Amino acid sequence: MSKNKDTVLSIALVTPSIVAVGIFIYGFIAWSVRVSLSNWKGLLPDYSWAGLKNYINLFSDPRFLVDVRNTVVFTVIFVLGCLAVGLALAIMLDQNLKGEAFFRSLFLFPMAISFIVTGVVWRWLMNPAAGDRMSGFNLLFSNLGLDFLVNSWHLTPRWGMAAIALAAIWQMSGYTMALYLGGLRAIPDEIREAARVDGASEFRIYTNIIFPLLRPVTLSAMIILGHISLKVFDLIIAIAGKQLPLDVPAIYMWQTTFDGYFFSRGAAIGILLLLSVAVLIIPYLYYTLRSEAEI
Amino acid sequence: MSKKSISWTLVTVLVILSFVLSGCTTPTPVATQAPAATDAPVAAADQVEVFSWWTGGGEAAGLEAMIAIFNARYPNIEFVNAAVAGGAGTNARAVLATRLQAGDAPDSWQGHAGQELIGTYVAAGQLEALNWLYEQEGWLEVMPQTLIPLISQNGNIYSVPVNIHRANVMWYNPAILSANNIAVPTTLDEWITAMDTLKAAGITPLAMGEQWTAMHLMETILLGSLGAEKYNGLWDGTTDWNSAEVKTALENFAKVLSYTNTDAASLSWQDAAQLVVNGQAAFNVMGDWAEGYFRELGKVPQTDYGWAPVPGTNGNFQFLSDSFVLPVNAPHRDAAVNWLIVCGSKEGQDAFNPVKGSIPARSDGDRSLYGTYLQSAMDDWATNTVVGSLAHGVVANDSWKSEIDTALGLFLASPDAGTFQTALVAACKASGPCK
Repeated sequence: MSKNKDTVLSIALVTPSIVAVGIFIYGFIAWSVRVSLSNWKGLLPDYSWAGLKNYINLFSDPRFLVDVRNTVVFTVIFVLGCLAVGLALAIMLDQNLKGEAFFRSLFLFPMAISFIVTGVVWRWLMNPAAGDRMSGFNLLFSNLGLDFLVNSWHLTPRWGMAAIALAAIWQMSGYTMALYLGGLRAIPDEIREAARVDGASEFRIYTNIIFPLLRPVTLSAMIILGHISLKVFDLIIAIAGKQLPLDVPAIYMWQTTFDGYFFSRGAAIGILLLLSVAVLIIPYLYYTLRSEAEI
Repeated sequence: MSKKSISWTLVTVLVILSFVLSGCTTPTPVATQAPAATDAPVAAADQVEVFSWWTGGGEAAGLEAMIAIFNARYPNIEFVNAAVAGGAGTNARAVLATRLQAGDAPDSWQGHAGQELIGTYVAAGQLEALNWLYEQEGWLEVMPQTLIPLISQNGNIYSVPVNIHRANVMWYNPAILSANNIAVPTTLDEWITAMDTLKAAGITPLAMGEQWTAMHLMETILLGSLGAEKYNGLWDGTTDWNSAEVKTALENFAKVLSYTNTDAASLSWQDAAQLVVNGQAAFNVMGDWAEGYFRELGKVPQTDYGWAPVPGTNGNFQFLSDSFVLPVNAPHRDAAVNWLIVCGSKEGQDAFNPVKGSIPARSDGDRSLYGTYLQSAMDDWATNTVVGSLAHGVVANDSWKSEIDTALGLFLASPDAGTFQTALVAACKASGPCK
């Protein structure tokens, strides 16, 4: 009897959230899919069937191809950069140095501010102006006599995205460090001791023991950073505004939908973004849920 | 189920519920800066809700001046100022689109006169034609004849222009020009020769900013290369986008772009215009709102900056205008019409424009209220051939303009006039009048 009551109560309590999630997330996803298969252009809804036309057109749209390339460049540089910097910081902090708590907080703080704030600051730091209008990093380099380092940052042809990724790495590598530090602390000291007794060098302890044990952490970090980079939007707008060489699908989606009223094309880009994130997230969820079930 | 887990479930549900509820109870709270009284549309008998993106600077002050006139004339109508912040209405238009789709139209809203309004709202059947109001108020006699077709569709006029800005203005630094013995250029060829001289002297010839300012430059070069009639033909389908003349115009544009500063994409229009008055660049092509900005910086007309029509566009006034509309089924139609009458009146326009730094759409404005530059613009407005701006929504609908913008972005990244022209032809077919 008591068990039945509990069941009824829990169902009653969970129902509103299920309904809300069903409508506001899955309902709208379904609606977007429908819009992406229509001819809707202009203010008035037009649900006439277009099949996959919007998707097919996107893959021959030169702007969308620029977007895809930019996303790939950004994702590779951002994820690898964060992993490398994060791991290096974590290993340094793991050496029992003095003031560890201070440095840990210091490296983690950038994560607490939003991409917009980061963008505004880095916009100034990476100012590409030359001559007497030079400022930020370029001015610093120039005054230090490091003129070969002066460059046009995000306006560099073809590789401007790398400069944007730099700002993102600054922001998220502290978070990656925290993940790795957690992983390092979970490795029992006995394993290292045993390796040392066996005569392994510190370098070999890292390459043969610690890095393999950190692999699950790396996987989690890649998933988290990967989905952030696929959705990047605000950082680019804050640093560079809307300009095509630094275009990504999210910006194209916004501009084509609200500036050009191509609602069906905007919906198609949105669905493609969702799918690309899902490719990352779903195997990960499957993997974690299964391993949790095993425990 | 343990007590602990029940209480956790309860907390979770409450949190989710509060999110959902807070999402529901504030329908379109979208940053309307309206006074609190507007939340209650119950006492709706006599009010008029006017939607705009005039929230700061001279624009907001000008709007306030017009509201004061409206309140004096119609003391029984409450004026509800539903302004949404965001330059050139980028945020406001998204908010307006949402409100219109929800069936919650304001009584009147601001829009760039021309195809930006017509292509979006007239196409969706949301605006009333205003020819009767123009006749009743005698506006057809006081506004330039060449203006009317540009704000009409099939003979129907759809908005009341409050102010006029000129797009085809070339600002220059008089000191730099005289130091290099350059006369103010009047043709494209003279301009290019002048910029060659400046480039050789190590001076940035032409200051440009982010991508929309490149579109602004492009429309003036198209006008300068093609002339008014063929330029107008681009937008009504009578000039072939695929023609050799358009190709030449685009090549001229590419040539002019080669004189711009290398960091253009990272500059706002203010940054770019400032280079001229600070002596760091010789020329800048920008609408005449730049003049208000120069004066804000404390610069003196004719000494710190000079102006001329963009070379090749002499005798043409490439305009853009903020205007107000009358929606079909306006909640308070009579009050909205009264607002439009204030917008189109001499009193209203002479209150708004001196503050905003633009000229009245009527050619009978009181000259003594305006500064040196604006007086010269008023003279040109009354006598020149009026053509519309692309970057500011007069000649092309939003879909077409956004396709041109994409093509322009690709062109700026890898300049090839042929590819650009092909993309422009495709854009006209997909979203313009071309077949």
